[in-house]
Amino acid sequence: MSALLEVAGLHKRFGGGRTLLGAVRPEVRAVDDVSFTLARGETLGLVGETGSGKSTLGRLVLRLVEPSEGRIRFDGQDVSSAARGALRALRPKMQMVFQDPYGSLDPRMTAGQIVAEPLTAHGIARAEAAERARALLSSVGLRPAMAARYPHEFSGGQRQRVGIARAIALDPALVVLDEPVSALDVSVQAQILNLLAEIQSRSGVAYLFISHDLGVVRHVSDRVAVMYLGRIVEIGPRDALYRSPRHPYTVSLLSAVPSADPVRERARPRIRPIGEIGSAAALPGGCRFHPRCPRARVVAASGADTVEACGTRLPRACVHDDPAPVPTCTDGHLAACHFHDLD
Amino acid sequence: MSVAFELRGLTAAVPGEKGAVRLVEEVSLEVRAGETLAVVGESGSGKTVTFVSALGLLPKPGRVIAGEALLDGVDLLSLEPEALRRMRGARIGMVFQDPLTGLNPVFRVGDQIGEVLRAHRSIGRREMRERAVELLARVQIPDPSRRVDDYPHQFSGGMRQRVLIAMAIALGPRVLIADEPTTALDVTVQAQVLDLLGELRDAEGMAMVLITHDLGVVARQADRVAVMYAGRVVETGTVEEVFRAPRHPYTISLFRSIPDIEAPAGTQLAAIAGSPPDPARRPAGCAFAPRCFAATEQAGCRVERPVLRGERHLAACHRLGEPGVAA
Repeated sequence: MSALLEVAGLHKRFGGGRTLLGAVRPEVRAVDDVSFTLARGETLGLVGETGSGKSTLGRLVLRLVEPSEGRIRFDGQDVSSAARGALRALRPKMQMVFQDPYGSLDPRMTAGQIVAEPLTAHGIARAEAAERARALLSSVGLRPAMAARYPHEFSGGQRQRVGIARAIALDPALVVLDEPVSALDVSVQAQILNLLAEIQSRSGVAYLFISHDLGVVRHVSDRVAVMYLGRIVEIGPRDALYRSPRHPYTVSLLSAVPSADPVRERARPRIRPIGEIGSAAALPGGCRFHPRCPRARVVAASGADTVEACGTRLPRACVHDDPAPVPTCTDGHLAACHFHDLD
Repeated sequence: MSVAFELRGLTAAVPGEKGAVRLVEEVSLEVRAGETLAVVGESGSGKTVTFVSALGLLPKPGRVIAGEALLDGVDLLSLEPEALRRMRGARIGMVFQDPLTGLNPVFRVGDQIGEVLRAHRSIGRREMRERAVELLARVQIPDPSRRVDDYPHQFSGGMRQRVLIAMAIALGPRVLIADEPTTALDVTVQAQVLDLLGELRDAEGMAMVLITHDLGVVARQADRVAVMYAGRVVETGTVEEVFRAPRHPYTISLFRSIPDIEAPAGTQLAAIAGSPPDPARRPAGCAFAPRCFAATEQAGCRVERPVLRGERHLAACHRLGEPGVAA
């Protein structure tokens, strides 16, 4: 079966060139050569820290942001080169849910109008759209009578339900969810996660689930991709990736997430990356993780061919060659690390 | 170890349309030297308001209507404003969530740390700078004698939070209150900052209050925990006790609703229905009753406010210890 979504060699560069006064503007490689696929009905979790490019990638996929280079195929059609009309025809099939339900819902429209809008925009008569909107609101766990309320009259969790109802109104095949539960309280998060799972099992929609929360991503995903400074550094089936992460960045990310079990939590070894995420405006050469990589330092100390870098000696490969994602021992599990087979 | 900071029956309110709205009610907590007390709760649970009130920082027209906040036995709430101001900073350090708002963008980092020192004792410019470098080194900022002259925007988020921690510990406080100190930070940086806070607490013998919504952070960092819901402490005990065998239905439900990083994958999350009540519209009886799996009519859950019961590990639930009300 062919994938619902195929992304190949995708790039997004911001800035660059010169300002009016002639100063050189740094070029930000927000998304830097990303490839992945997503099957129908599947959930791909996309994790990464601030500045990793995960949100930009989500918007590129829907062409809410224009890619600089690369190809996006959705349902057999080329999204990246689609003309305005063709893109408009694709839109109903690809939807987005944002983190902040405040910012993404028009405060002057009622919940019913918000959910009905995509329906009328695609030619459904007003009366029928209003009827369907009420049904959609009830399918996301809101009372149909709430259709008359405005966004500020809802709680955060209820507003996110309205956002979800709107996104699924046209029965999309793909929904990009950008931090959909990050703004919600813990006790409300679970309601929304359960609702998303229920919608998926009912409709077979595929999710690209973007989040910084590794616990949430593990809960919802079939496969997981880890982004670091614009690149997917590791991707694989959920259990393989969480159980035996191959990229040292994933290893330190997982080791940094505190578990809500004090006994386990205190017994765990900690692998700390050095310093903080760099900037996509000044990408290091070679492997983009080498300035922070604990594994590179271990490898260097064990007698590898090294060069002087970052105030120490690091493996030559890490400093000079940008690693491509390569298969590891598990099917479909790739890692972009020169030493992915080491622990 | 001696109790460094203690709240007794703290109640704070704001005027509302139908009389005073109690933001926090009868909060009693204590934290000892060298210990970390985590205060956990969702937004609106009163965890921040509790400490803001205790330090006399609750914005008007809010005010404390009952209770005491004792620092080494002295009630902060009985002090004159000037005496209280001197206590804050000198004896109690504070670190807040957003490292950007705590720093002034137009002043050098070293001068901002220096200001904290100068506000409390007379000190020359040269000594001020030396002390600032020392403090930056204590919070593990690399190359402190150069970074002391940098501006806040030249620091990353994690480094800014370190600067704020340096300011908070500048005068050697007895108590450090950290309100969501790592919430705005990425997870790898969060871990680094939590490590630092733990090291400083141990090195200085400070009492630490860690306000957070993240149970993982509590598991990692705290010795004791107080769980707040709708303005009250509903459960308190050692981290081991509360996490191993939570006793309040809210705490029990909270644990079930979190996708844990190490729990078996694909487990169904037990969501808590509804959302926390608005302070002006808290239900009669137990505030959690409308969302509680254990609430019954016989137990009087909808009628009477439950009080904290138990020894060491306390919970405020009418059905405490009954069958069916345990993790």
